[in-house]
Amino acid sequence: MSVIAEAAKKAQGAVQAVMKTAIANAPDGWIPGGVPDPLIRAKHGLVGTPVSRIDGPLKVKGAARFAAEFPLDGMVYAALAHATIPLGRIATLDTSAAEAVPGVVLVMTYKNAPKMAPPPLFMSNPKAVSGDNLPIFQDADIHWNGQPYAVALAETQEAADHATTLIEVTYDELPARTRFAEAKTNTYPGTFQGEPLLVEIGDAEAALAAAPHKVDVTYTTPRHNHNPIELHAATVRWNGDDLIVHDATQAVTHTAWSLAQIFGLKEEQVHVTSPYVGGGFGSKTLWQHQTLAAAASKVSGRPVRIVLSREGVFRGVGGRTLTEQRVAIGAQADGAFDAIVHTGTIGMTSHNNLPEPFIVATKTAYAAKTFHLDVEVAEMDMVANTFMRAPGEAVGTFALECAVDELAHDMGIDPIALRERNEPEQDPTAGTPFSSRNIVAAYRAGAERFGWDKRQAPGTRREGEWLIGMGCATGTYPYYRMPGGAARLTLTRDARVTVAIAAHEMGMGTSTAHSAVVADRFGLPLDAVTFDYADSKLPGVVLAGGSQQTASIGAAVIAAHRALVTELLKLAGNDSPLAGLKADEVAGYDGGLCKLDEPGRYESYASILGRANRDEVTVEAEAPPPLETQHWSMHSYSAIFVEAAVNAITGETRIRRVLGSFDCGTILNPKTASSQFRGGMIMGLGMALMEEAQFDERSGRIVNPSLAEYHVPVHMDVPAIDIIWTDIPDPHAPMGAHGVGEIGITGVAAAIANAVFNATGKRVRDLPITLDKLL
Amino acid sequence: MHFTINGRGVDADFDLRTSLLDLLRDHLGLTGSKKGCNQGACGACTVLVDGERINACLALAVQYDGRSITTVEGLADATGLSPLQAAFVEHDGFQCGYCTPGQLCSAMGMIDEVRRGVPSVVAADMADGDIVLDHDELRERMSGNLCRCGAYNGIVNAIADTFAAETHSKEPA
Ligand code: FES
Ligand code: FES
Repeated sequence: MSVIAEAAKKAQGAVQAVMKTAIANAPDGWIPGGVPDPLIRAKHGLVGTPVSRIDGPLKVKGAARFAAEFPLDGMVYAALAHATIPLGRIATLDTSAAEAVPGVVLVMTYKNAPKMAPPPLFMSNPKAVSGDNLPIFQDADIHWNGQPYAVALAETQEAADHATTLIEVTYDELPARTRFAEAKTNTYPGTFQGEPLLVEIGDAEAALAAAPHKVDVTYTTPRHNHNPIELHAATVRWNGDDLIVHDATQAVTHTAWSLAQIFGLKEEQVHVTSPYVGGGFGSKTLWQHQTLAAAASKVSGRPVRIVLSREGVFRGVGGRTLTEQRVAIGAQADGAFDAIVHTGTIGMTSHNNLPEPFIVATKTAYAAKTFHLDVEVAEMDMVANTFMRAPGEAVGTFALECAVDELAHDMGIDPIALRERNEPEQDPTAGTPFSSRNIVAAYRAGAERFGWDKRQAPGTRREGEWLIGMGCATGTYPYYRMPGGAARLTLTRDARVTVAIAAHEMGMGTSTAHSAVVADRFGLPLDAVTFDYADSKLPGVVLAGGSQQTASIGAAVIAAHRALVTELLKLAGNDSPLAGLKADEVAGYDGGLCKLDEPGRYESYASILGRANRDEVTVEAEAPPPLETQHWSMHSYSAIFVEAAVNAITGETRIRRVLGSFDCGTILNPKTASSQFRGGMIMGLGMALMEEAQFDERSGRIVNPSLAEYHVPVHMDVPAIDIIWTDIPDPHAPMGAHGVGEIGITGVAAAIANAVFNATGKRVRDLPITLDKLL
Repeated sequence: MHFTINGRGVDADFDLRTSLLDLLRDHLGLTGSKKGCNQGACGACTVLVDGERINACLALAVQYDGRSITTVEGLADATGLSPLQAAFVEHDGFQCGYCTPGQLCSAMGMIDEVRRGVPSVVAADMADGDIVLDHDELRERMSGNLCRCGAYNGIVNAIADTFAAETHSKEPA
């Protein structure tokens, strides 16, 4: 970084710090969420009822159309060839045999690709969404083992696949950084969301040294891949200079903007839709395949469908990176924490910026006199690592919550009691008040229902060959809301409302949950609401990531609804029972508006619009900036309980019982939210017991790039999972609700590791807990 | 070549390397059957051939000349949902819905196997044809169908609910 850039960054940092203090100290009323959403008080609506998915029938009929299922006239199929060296240059490249395959339309490499700008790296701009910022097919350079270097287009998938196998390539290899132990000798501090991943409060090492009780241990977690069952795919075509992309993405608007930068187009020249996404978990963003499909389509003049192979997903789409984490806790005899140290190193590339922020959960987990939290980056030559479900928290809570369990065991204190003993009154590192934190209640309810009091001493419960143990851990994930949320609402005279927002459905039940919210706001039945989404032409910059989509949609709809009600009151005029009332004084009720404390003062939408001679009213509004996240410390919480059985002879671990007790504000839809909780917990189970993208440190190549060798939980691995929640609204969040896509995975690996310890007396600090580690 | 697909006769002419899955999805526009791995590891492509479940991605289409194939599009008539499909919606047996067609077809084939007394690895007695589809039997028999969204509890409940007769012992009281 240049001196000037450095100074500018520092100055920006100083301004940010001043702003942060100002926002933290501002009166509540000035902050979004300072006045609780009136919907929190409404008790008898659709919110909170277990509505089945609106798009359920379409999905079970196989009629929901995914990215690779849009048929286009004259379409050709794409296949990719992937490099087999970790670093270097292509020396020779011969595509003639591939081009000669009958049906092949084009073989594109760096030699004949159009000129394209490098993709904008995630978080380098509010709409940037690329996993890395390497130029695509602009030179002979190879940056990772698995990088695509050729695209074949053919009339059939079979011909395209075959063609890629006939390309002759040789390389000039360069020495690559593929060994973590070597990369670790040269690290630098990580930054996340514009701030260093570093917290220093007091002298934690000195406090640790002086503490009468302590634990000081190292945990390691391997690389993980999201592996949504839908392969990454896109169907693209050019209409003149306009690009149309049917993508599988968690970010339609971001993708349109980012592709526009790459191809030198105006944002509105790129149209991205993604009505159904077959799972994402952080992986369905912009990787090279969409750009390659668009470029090859441009060169060939044909619409293109690209579907990555499962191996192609491992090669070209990054996953969660590896971590090595030290957790040290010093405590007084009564359990009060004197020091929390959570430091370590992660692997990252020089062309992306996600230093797996494993300390984020630790910042707010427990009160302590001193803190030292730090994430260091070791650069490696590999596919760019990326966001995967609860980036930071998923692996960070594994280390932290195992360490708490270890300390509790050493001190002879119940681990739940030790956690309660260190429950903070306010955010322990930021100093801001919690908006809503009921983790103690969640633990008590969970412990009672699970039968925690029946837990025995480690290694003492045996049923035949099976050693049985119980463990628990805390999960947590922040409430985020990103800037840019906006929505359009259209109310028609027949009392129907259409919401339009560039949001996404990857299985969260977005349209179902938010149609219910909108129906309640308007006082209309569910079937009076139409939810239009997943199209970059719609309003709003709404990332389906960071569990923030719920808040983003919620705040945008609140703003649009308020504008619409204001408009309606204007149209109602002086002849209405609502005459003279302001937007804050009325609510949607029974197909119209009424005064909040005087329901008799009512007029229906049909009557208001009829008298005004209007067929419909449309408004579009933006959500206010998300200052609430700096004014309050806003998080979701869970208490996870697990009963594990470990085979004394084979070392095999089976999970027998799981309970998740959640504190995530209002639950908008118990049916779909339960599924999200369970889905996250099952991914946590996978992380604990089986998941690992095996990276060959000699070649930098992932050696198990398939679902046969990268194991994810199957039916037989998953018991019936019990879910409960506090259902206490967060008064400062839209609808009182938090997004719940990520909280489920957090804490689970620790609860399982702690249960395995309780069963066997063995601590496994290296994930996954495979049977070899227990023998 | 000629196939009967969802009860309808279909003639098709294609590259002999084409898998049954690609024939359905790319050539016949029946995109209900999904591709999650193309390697036989995920089950998203499960279809029924003469009532038996197979991974369509591992099958060359030419092998099935003259056979009768049922995909998710053929599980119910055009208007409604089959009882199993309706139970999947009721029990929230999916999130993204991408594995769902495979889960549904697999469950139909699995029930038929149970009725025919085909044993599974968890069966205590391989020779005992009277199979009770308890929680373990059901999960074991569905374990070839991955769901990364983790809708397993809902899927199991939907199947158990729909095929309640199989989940109880058939032995005379
Ligand atoms: S697509 Fe056939 S088993 Fe995965
Ligand atoms: S519902 Fe998404 S993979 Fe099963």
